[in-house]
Amino acid sequence: MSAHREVDTLVIGGGIVGMSVAYGLARAGERVRLLDEGDDAFRAARGNFGLVWVQGKGLGNAGYARWTMAAAQEWAVFASELADRTGVDVELSQIGGLTMCLDEAELAERAGGLAAIRQQIGGDYRFEVLDLAQLRELSPLVGPDVVGAVFCPLDGHVSPLRLLRALFQGFASLKGELVAGVHVDAIDYKDGVFHVRTPSGVHVAGKLVLAAGLGNRDLAPLVGLDAPVKPNRGQILVSERVQPFLKHPSLHVRQTGEGVVQIGDSKEDVGYDDGTTLEQLSRITARATRCFPLLKNVNIVRTWGALRVMSPDGFPIYQASTTCPGAFVVTCHSGITLAPRHAGALTQWIRGGIEPTDIHGFKAERFHV
Amino acid sequence: MFRPIEPTGEKRTVALQVEGKSIVARAGDTLAIALLNAGVTPFRQTPVSGRPRAPLCLMGVCFDCLVEVDGQQNVQSCMLEVQEGMQVQLQHGARHMEGDV
Repeated sequence: MSAHREVDTLVIGGGIVGMSVAYGLARAGERVRLLDEGDDAFRAARGNFGLVWVQGKGLGNAGYARWTMAAAQEWAVFASELADRTGVDVELSQIGGLTMCLDEAELAERAGGLAAIRQQIGGDYRFEVLDLAQLRELSPLVGPDVVGAVFCPLDGHVSPLRLLRALFQGFASLKGELVAGVHVDAIDYKDGVFHVRTPSGVHVAGKLVLAAGLGNRDLAPLVGLDAPVKPNRGQILVSERVQPFLKHPSLHVRQTGEGVVQIGDSKEDVGYDDGTTLEQLSRITARATRCFPLLKNVNIVRTWGALRVMSPDGFPIYQASTTCPGAFVVTCHSGITLAPRHAGALTQWIRGGIEPTDIHGFKAERFHV
Repeated sequence: MFRPIEPTGEKRTVALQVEGKSIVARAGDTLAIALLNAGVTPFRQTPVSGRPRAPLCLMGVCFDCLVEVDGQQNVQSCMLEVQEGMQVQLQHGARHMEGDV
């Protein structure tokens, strides 16, 4: 086994969540080493839809609604910081997002949900309910089957792959160390120091952040934590590049900065199967072409499935270990939206600062009542 | 730039229109070969950077030979046999959709 120089913090997991935390720690001046698994890992960060999304998040959980809003409000600054540091434009567009509805009942339910969140957080929570005519002022090519939409001005989207690249480059520019292609075999904790064993050597650090997505399920118990996350599959299609026609992203259709139309998605409980099915892809495209009939003649160039990292209630798990002080688990299914918070407020807490009020409720104990 | 290695003049020919101008192609050739034989380069400008592109693989893989054929956009010209009277347009940037502009 080769020897490795000690660092302040080891982060396990090189997806958007792990890279955001690792970037934030390195930016705060820590010596950070990131351990990433190989391409045989389930990589949600490479398969997700790319939304910076507020509307509907946190129904029944005011902390999550506030945490999400705060992240969305930080996104513009975060994107410009990444561009300055790395030269990578993450293609952030945050001019408001739409949830298009195909019947009145769905629209009423969505609007009711947002009204409930507004009441729950007791503050400024902006959204508008649009009928078809109002919707067409924002998105003129919406089809006649759409009855209306909910519009939230904080919503937007980024290129998730450009974001991942920016975080890797930013991390490297801050002297962060990346060790790729390693699987963690074991974690030992002794006298305030973590020894993380991998086939290629032992990594030693004073703090440990578990951000391994679905892998956290097995890693967390090694340091006295719990992350009962399960996979939930989403399928996505992307089209050939077309002329710009769609400015406002929605949960189901968005057009990327380079002209690709990205279409989703499904929510399937199928275990660790990240494949695609004709049944779901047909359903997804049928909905998208009802929303935007002009998509009927557009060619699809690629489809894929990816696994969301879902906790039992869908909210994040952020927790510090009491039996192994210095170990943290970080997991959520909204790594894109929450990236600025993960690199900012969450990182400050991991570094010994005050735990943000909004995340007090995100301990795993809530699953054992 | 390109010339066929087979003897010319033995095959039947077809006429097609490229950007409104008539060219003659050997029957049985793919559209991409016909365009290259007629000296058409580049075939298109890319949607993102606007760079010029011409066929690379000629076997359906690279998608660099995309042209518009009889009103249909983003057609792989290397996978299509020339037909008498074909109307071909070269593409500049991303394709359009009905009603998009």
